[in-house]
Amino acid sequence: MTAWDPSHPLLEIEHLSISFFTRLREIPAVMDFSCSVMAGEAMGLVGESGCGKSTVALAVMRDLGRTGRITGGAVRFKGRDLATMPDEELRRIRGREIAMIYQEPMASLNPAMKIGAQLAEVPMIHEGLAKAEAWARAREIVADVRLPDPDRILGAYPHQLSGGQQQRIVIAMALMSKPALLILDEPTTALDVTVEASIVDLVKALGEKHGTSMLFISHNLGLVLEVCDRICVMYSGEAVETGAIGDVFDRMRHPYTQALFRSIPLPGADKTTRPLVAIPGNFPLPHERPRGCNFGPRCDHFAAGNCDAADVPMFAVAGDDRHETRCLRSTEIDWAAPAKAARQAQRARVGEVVLRMEDLRKYYEVSASRLFGGGETRVVKANETISFEAREGETLAIVGESGCGKSTFAKVLMGLETATSGRILLYNQDIQDTPIEKRTTDTVSSVQMVFQNPFDTLNPSMTVGRQIIRALEIFGEGGTEEERRAKMLRLLDLVKLPREFAERMPRQLSGGQKQRVGIARAFAGGAKIVVADEPVSALDVSVQAAVTDLLMEIQRQNGTTLLFISHDLSIVRYLSDRVMVMYLGHVVELGTTDQVFSPPYHPYTEALLSAVPIPDTHVQKKRILLEGDIPSAMNPPPGCPFQTRCRWKAQVPGGQCEREVPPLVTLAPGHQIKCHLRRELLEGMEPVFTIAAE
Amino acid sequence: MARFLARRLVTMVLTALCLTLGVFVLTNLQPNLVKLAKTEASARMTDAEVETWLARNGYARPALVRYGEWLGVLPGWTGADPDGRPRGRCIDRAPDPAAAPRFCGVLQGNWGFSTVFKSGVIDAIGRGLGATGWLMLWVMIVMVPSALVLGVLAGMREGSATDRSLSTVAIVTTATPEYVSGVVLIVALASSTAGLSPLLAEWGLISGRTLFLGTATSAMEKITFWNFTLPVTTIALYGMGYIARMTRASMTEVMREQYIRTARLKGVSFRQVVMRHALRNALIAPFTVIMLQFPWLLNGVVIVETLFNYKGFGWTLVQAAGNNDIELLLGCSVVAVVVVLVTQLISDVGYVYLNPRIRVS
Amino acid sequence: MMEPLGWGGILARAAVQFLPVWIALAAVFAVSIRFRRRLGLYGKLFDSGIGMAGFAIVMFWVFTALFAGWIITHDPLAQLSGMRNVAPGTPLASAEGLYPVYLFGGDSLARDVFSRMVVGAQRVLAIAPAATLFAFMMGITLGVPAGYFSGRLDTGLTFLANLVLAFPVILLFYLLVTPEIRATGIPTALAAILFLFPILFLTILWNSRFFTNPRKRSIYIGVTLAVGLWAYSGLAFNADPLGVFAMDPNLLNVFVAVVFVNAPTVFRIVRGLTLDIKTRDYVAAAQTRGEGPWYIMLWEILPNARGPLIVDFCLRIGYTTILLGTLGFFGLGVSPESPDWGSTINDGRRLLTIAPHPAVVPALALMSLVLGLNLLADGLREESLKD
Repeated sequence: MTAWDPSHPLLEIEHLSISFFTRLREIPAVMDFSCSVMAGEAMGLVGESGCGKSTVALAVMRDLGRTGRITGGAVRFKGRDLATMPDEELRRIRGREIAMIYQEPMASLNPAMKIGAQLAEVPMIHEGLAKAEAWARAREIVADVRLPDPDRILGAYPHQLSGGQQQRIVIAMALMSKPALLILDEPTTALDVTVEASIVDLVKALGEKHGTSMLFISHNLGLVLEVCDRICVMYSGEAVETGAIGDVFDRMRHPYTQALFRSIPLPGADKTTRPLVAIPGNFPLPHERPRGCNFGPRCDHFAAGNCDAADVPMFAVAGDDRHETRCLRSTEIDWAAPAKAARQAQRARVGEVVLRMEDLRKYYEVSASRLFGGGETRVVKANETISFEAREGETLAIVGESGCGKSTFAKVLMGLETATSGRILLYNQDIQDTPIEKRTTDTVSSVQMVFQNPFDTLNPSMTVGRQIIRALEIFGEGGTEEERRAKMLRLLDLVKLPREFAERMPRQLSGGQKQRVGIARAFAGGAKIVVADEPVSALDVSVQAAVTDLLMEIQRQNGTTLLFISHDLSIVRYLSDRVMVMYLGHVVELGTTDQVFSPPYHPYTEALLSAVPIPDTHVQKKRILLEGDIPSAMNPPPGCPFQTRCRWKAQVPGGQCEREVPPLVTLAPGHQIKCHLRRELLEGMEPVFTIAAE
Repeated sequence: MARFLARRLVTMVLTALCLTLGVFVLTNLQPNLVKLAKTEASARMTDAEVETWLARNGYARPALVRYGEWLGVLPGWTGADPDGRPRGRCIDRAPDPAAAPRFCGVLQGNWGFSTVFKSGVIDAIGRGLGATGWLMLWVMIVMVPSALVLGVLAGMREGSATDRSLSTVAIVTTATPEYVSGVVLIVALASSTAGLSPLLAEWGLISGRTLFLGTATSAMEKITFWNFTLPVTTIALYGMGYIARMTRASMTEVMREQYIRTARLKGVSFRQVVMRHALRNALIAPFTVIMLQFPWLLNGVVIVETLFNYKGFGWTLVQAAGNNDIELLLGCSVVAVVVVLVTQLISDVGYVYLNPRIRVS
Repeated sequence: MMEPLGWGGILARAAVQFLPVWIALAAVFAVSIRFRRRLGLYGKLFDSGIGMAGFAIVMFWVFTALFAGWIITHDPLAQLSGMRNVAPGTPLASAEGLYPVYLFGGDSLARDVFSRMVVGAQRVLAIAPAATLFAFMMGITLGVPAGYFSGRLDTGLTFLANLVLAFPVILLFYLLVTPEIRATGIPTALAAILFLFPILFLTILWNSRFFTNPRKRSIYIGVTLAVGLWAYSGLAFNADPLGVFAMDPNLLNVFVAVVFVNAPTVFRIVRGLTLDIKTRDYVAAAQTRGEGPWYIMLWEILPNARGPLIVDFCLRIGYTTILLGTLGFFGLGVSPESPDWGSTINDGRRLLTIAPHPAVVPALALMSLVLGLNLLADGLREESLKD
């Protein structure tokens, strides 16, 4: 290990190929992948699900399971090939020289071992430290990752910590032996945005402090921009473009990279004037990859006979440092040309008020014991005094992190639960106390829902057509089987799915296609109001754009009111007319999109906006980090729900925030904020982002 | 924890009451009582005579009342013989009729009299339980460790050759009920005409006619390797396969967990991954299974004691049931039910104890 | 008079007797392997060695039961003089018109062990799958609502299920399968309840699905009720006017007891699966379009629980076979000359050390059937997880 010269790459992957072997065939997961990470450098690995980025990380750790095998190339760490290293030596490198941080913090901690024991184990194995010393080291590192009360944490079991704390422990565990290389596999995907922001900040700070190199794997371009120095974009098992982060973001030289950027909502994108451009077609399955360029069939610049002739190697991009692209035509394409598919659409007409909520409250009683009742009961206040109205043809976004009560709100609206108090008026008809069984078919069919998880939204044992026809039957559409069948086919047309899909089973469909079927089903009864609960958050970015577009288009055609529940502020900004921000059951801010996204902000909105990573080098962002985690809805803080994390709290005299729930203050017509701050302070807030001139 | 225990205990008592009531009703059906009358008094009684006999002995009253008396929460019935001698549930059992207590049921320790063994129910059951206790002890000693080792070895490397072969062994043993394995073992190891013993005897390797004894009656006096191996193996085999499969399933599941990968990528050796990280999590599920196995083990005990003629609890139960010995059968049921419920309780408590996710919350 | 047969001769002759079974097995395997890609989960079974072995064993016994009339060599109840406890392969003393040997020997009453084993298979395979099916019907009809509605219904039913499960099975059998209990009519009453479940199940199933189309609903429910109640009258009360459905009271008693023992476990499994599946979005989607609870339970939840249930069904047939054997072993609910495997083992065990074959043959038969079912379940589980 002493032989390694720090001016050489710390990690050097050369022409790496990895395959998984099943009984039927060999499935190549990664082909001809090369990249190198210098000491102290942070490399981002970006791509959609199934592109092979996590496989690369596991190959570096040489942990591909029983079916995976490295079939070619080399992975050199400090000059030594990991692929051929004996197991015993490899074990000494794992955890000491290379450490890994995983996606799901809860799953990656042993539930039956105390945190301290899991941390102390690392130096005890690698450095032969005595138990007491190892625990002392663990205590230091826990303080390093900014966790309060390290002693309590060391003695705790993982399930006693919150998600954010668990991820900090996973980070601490990775840092226990001061590794030279840190591999982070989607480390924040399972976390809320505000928690994500503080974790990202921590990772960056620690990386700089210890001079650790990083391999940062993510599907989120914004995060990569914040953390990394260099980036490598992957598509279908191959690296398609790699280079310094600024070069790739501003002078991309691969059609896939460009298409990817065009399909994500950046500040400035707008659903009517500058709509997103979805990438046509689907991701190829590993055993159905095309000849030549893998992206060929979906590429706007595809040239038959050239791009599909032979495997495409990486080409250096002239003028940039170590910037390479896997595109034969990179020098021929006009990269500055605007996207041609950017057709503009009419803004939908906003009509009458169709839905009004007045002081809606929903409390749950949770009893501590389930058997034979009894025991103490606790009240969970899932929704507190929610009031708003939604108009025909309007998109109202409901934004908030986990536990903010947005799902409960949807349940009450749908009639799956009844309200504790307050009113819900649908076309001036009270429905707050009418559970779904008692609602008329008309009411039911006019309020429908699109669900979050595409893999869960369709019944796996019924054909697609059958499921849509069932909805038609229930809504009393069509008099005969034939009529309903015809209507079902028209619905498939509406969501742009081929008619053959009627006979398919859901497992034969991709995530985006399933989501389209879910949309078709929701519109079966001519829904007037559609609640979309994070309809695209589980989809890959390139598919997200297409599904959002579809929703918008149907909305424009039918004048549907869309209640769009989301935690993703970029997409909310892109498609909604008005935004409602929720925190711990309260509506903290309500206004038009422009009002909410520019000052004055509610302090929570301000932090939320600042936490959203934006993949654009021109956007300057003010960093506002929130302390701690979101309090539990079972045990909310007194007074203002946000007071435990608010950075403006000191500006309100007399501890008012801790005593009273603030009133809703109307700042401008249609713009309401639930905050004790004086009006001058609110008006004096600075914008969170500024767009630098090009 | 105390609250949890209290709640479990209440449920347990309720369950026990329901079950004993069920058994009481089922053993005191009219045809059973008629049969009892005919065996106790005279087999050639007329229907009317049976009626009077039952009435005179306190049987001709509602089952629920008699259940209360049997339990000891209602005062025992009282009446008189045709010749004026005072009769009654408690009076018949007390040495001095005048000093007889009002309540004399199970709760007071009065379990009744066995018509088959001509002794107190408590004595009969106690004798049986003592013998069965030894049997169970040895079964546990043999079964639990071997099942766990088998399961862990098979589950730690899923799909390996070790896994395949151990799993097949486990499937075969679970597919072999005690009355099959018992028969096969006796024929193979304890028959003078078939199996291994004639060969061994021919080669002069064993002095007796068979390797093991085909009955365990002698084990009532003294347990030896030769008379106890077959009954213990017979019961243990069936349960072992089941527990081993559970352990394997649990182990493979744990080995696929992310925290095992975390441990592996921390540089922990495979041995330590299994011992320190996997084992404790993997043993939570089998622990409950072992405890919930008890109703099954009782089954095995009944079959094996019958097959090997070992006069334990199971044998007593069969005698009681086969001879319409109502009080004894009731007593056996109470014991069986209590054993099952107590093991369920232990299983619940143990689960909570082993699983920190539940314990500290 | 011929010579006693050696083991080779015995096995060869037995193999010849099983000829119809071999032909049927070969046909089933040839067809299944040919079309396995189009047969769903059943077809995938033929990708797994374990599954295939299990399926072969199970089908062997199924065909044996079906073709028992051709396979047996002697009347299973006939006692031939001089054939008491004779060793396997012993020729008959006077074989006019009869098969010349007792292939697997004779039992203590001089009956042919081979033929009794074959007819025993018929008994087991007639009762075990049917009893398991009824236990499933009951477990599903109660377990799905318990899991779906939760609350008091769930607490009550779970308590009842735990009550039955806390009984050692043998004790339960000694209480439920007795001549005395038959005299009281309790088994008939229980059967009246148990046999109602399939009818109830199907009626609800059709109604929840077709209530939007009253004509179709009437046809489906009408046919179900007509056939169901006809069978019901015969099976539960032995009062079928046409005499097609009937059940011997002994058998009814055994049947009811076995269903009663199995149903609570099925209930628990179904309830657990329901609790899991009801959190899925497609269930929420059905709720938000105003579907009734029974439609959601039977058409949205149940079909998606089928994988684990099919696996458990196979295992449970094996378990039921063991239970039936246990009943026979203790002589409960069977007539003395019944050829079922359990009671044959019990009869044979008295002379085990002298003449082992009368007990060992049915013991191995029972073991192989249960083993086959276990292997089949294992194969199914493995293949269904692979998807």
